[in-house]
Amino acid sequence: MSEAPLFQVENLHAGIEGEEILKGVDLTINRGEIHALMGPNGSGKSTLAYIVAGHPNYEVFEGRVLYKGENVLELGADERAQLGMFLAFQYPTTIPGVSMANFLRLAVNSVKGEDDGEGGKKRIAPREFRKMLREKMQMLNIDESFATRYLNEGFSGGEKKRAEILQMAMLEPEFCIMDETDSGLDIDALRTVSEGVNKLYNDNMAMLLITHYQRLLNHIKPQFVHVMLEGQIVQSGGPELAEELEAKGYDWLKETASV
Amino acid sequence: MVSKPDIDLGDYKYGFSDPEDYHFKSRKGLDEEMVTQISDMKGEPEWMKEFRLKSLEYFQKRPTPTWGGDLSDLDYNDIYYYVRAAESTGKTWDDVPEYIKNTFEKLGIPEAEQKFLAGVGAQYESEVVYHSLREDLENQGVIFLDMDAALKEHPEIVKQYMGTIIPPNDNKFAALNSAVWSGGSFVYVPKGVKVEIPLQAYFRINAENMGQFERTLIIVEEDAYVHYVEGCTAPTYTTNSLHSAVVEIIVKEGGRCRYTTIQNWSKNTYNLVTKRAAAYKNATMEWVDGNLGSKLTMKYPAVWLMEPGARGEVLSVAFATDDMHQDAGAKMVHVAPNTSSQIISKSISKGTGRSTYRGLVKVHKGASNVKANVVCDALLLDESSRTDTYPYMEIEEEQVSIGHEATVSKVAEEQLFYLQSRGVSEADAMSMIVSGFIEPVAKELPLEYAVELNRLIQLEMEGSVG
Repeated sequence: MSEAPLFQVENLHAGIEGEEILKGVDLTINRGEIHALMGPNGSGKSTLAYIVAGHPNYEVFEGRVLYKGENVLELGADERAQLGMFLAFQYPTTIPGVSMANFLRLAVNSVKGEDDGEGGKKRIAPREFRKMLREKMQMLNIDESFATRYLNEGFSGGEKKRAEILQMAMLEPEFCIMDETDSGLDIDALRTVSEGVNKLYNDNMAMLLITHYQRLLNHIKPQFVHVMLEGQIVQSGGPELAEELEAKGYDWLKETASV
Repeated sequence: MVSKPDIDLGDYKYGFSDPEDYHFKSRKGLDEEMVTQISDMKGEPEWMKEFRLKSLEYFQKRPTPTWGGDLSDLDYNDIYYYVRAAESTGKTWDDVPEYIKNTFEKLGIPEAEQKFLAGVGAQYESEVVYHSLREDLENQGVIFLDMDAALKEHPEIVKQYMGTIIPPNDNKFAALNSAVWSGGSFVYVPKGVKVEIPLQAYFRINAENMGQFERTLIIVEEDAYVHYVEGCTAPTYTTNSLHSAVVEIIVKEGGRCRYTTIQNWSKNTYNLVTKRAAAYKNATMEWVDGNLGSKLTMKYPAVWLMEPGARGEVLSVAFATDDMHQDAGAKMVHVAPNTSSQIISKSISKGTGRSTYRGLVKVHKGASNVKANVVCDALLLDESSRTDTYPYMEIEEEQVSIGHEATVSKVAEEQLFYLQSRGVSEADAMSMIVSGFIEPVAKELPLEYAVELNRLIQLEMEGSVG
């Protein structure tokens, strides 16, 4: 029997406050694949990201989300992260007074600390953690002062996105959703962030890039492109689909889809 | 000796008690005879006995305050006002009765003394049982004694200053303390001497229905510096304990004093404390106040800015959990021009806990070019917790710059989700948000105390996630 796909969404109907936003989404992503999910504002892309990550305010009416063949919908957001799933937020939250380093230490310990057999978790040695943090920051060209700043407090748009990528680097997830990672970035910041993602990506992982625009996909190249309209994936294809969307917009698909 | 029945201590780690094997324990209640007896037992000069008796009159005349917290359950006749556990104050821990020494060991005091303190006072019930000061500081003329010893050894200084910053009739609890005070610290730092390592006093209540009334007087001479730290705990009982201290501080020209409190009273303790400092020309007074535990705390550390260039600061953290009320704040009184003050108050309320910020900034007529800033932030951890803010301003001068901001926030779902999406459990996420909230105060503490404050808060947080 072959291995289950890394990530699968099956017939997902879900929404918030009783309102259905996702109306039957199916998506399969295997290891080594980068998929792009495109679509206009309000089509349900970010809702999908939140539901996969386990946001408690969203409700699932029907369907499953499978990670390595296991339905994760009953798991808390923390448990999903511990399994190796990661969401890079479009709008990362500010946590005043909590330094980046302290936060990352707790996150790394939570995800990578091993059970000590006594109901607790082994901690990563502080020295090992500091070494790892320094290496990852160097790799991503992030200044060392970043570590002592409070989490996302007073960060520019670009810094917030780089902070997300640093978290991804530290937690080493296998499946990542990048939610509008390109939004609010100028050309240079977009390049820096994309280079970071490309450095971190390897064939043993998979990624789902959520974006409005083609421009991110010039830097991070997907093999598969999907278009979401009104809570459904209405078209799937290769990279050429993104180019077609860039040229024609979403309207032609709306007409096709509503037939 | 009768062993105590087991009491459910909950999350409060310091709720244990020792069996009583005391040198002297007064009867309950308070009257002239009791006050006279305390003074006689201490062998005090006549003027002090009169000071006490006059204070008792003030106490008896003044009504119990009806503002602030609910004091209706406090029965003054159900309190022991004077308990002497040991015969004398020890100069080494070996002089201290074994069971009391054990208690302070459990509280980590001898260990801290060795690691990072320049001097230690340890008070158990009414009397200080242990006192020490590093020899080099003693040689520089620093005096660090318990207050009773100071009255014996330096009566002229005590008489000159005691009751000048907080007169006995200042308020009902200052009057009570002035009548029955016992123990507390006396600190004198001579001109130009900088005590770089903190002095610490630790106040432990042990007996049920105990009242502890320590009296502290700190005098910082010109261009001198001292950092004084106090910690407090008590056993958990079903009846009330009372802690009512008076702390008076004088900081002379160019001097600086920092007074740090990490109190962690048991949930049956009324903590009704008057703390006030006078800061003279270019002097700085800083109160760093961590209020954990207690049934009700009413405490508003004050700085009177007496001469130009004086600066006052209060940084406080209050944490109210189930059945607790922290009514805390600060007072800044600008008497002179060109003085400045800052109040930063952070409160956290959990369960049925209630936190109140109550503060006053007063600028006297003629005190021009005053700068004052007040920031009070409240964090609510759940739906049932409560916070109130009473920021009073009395400004009699026009040339002033006064800033005030207050925020109330709930731990946001988005913050919890963000941290959880990085693998952090809900409980750890909540703790991390709370630690971050108090960080502006914690970072002002010496590392050991910052760690202690965070640890105490983590203990209070346990079980906060359903």
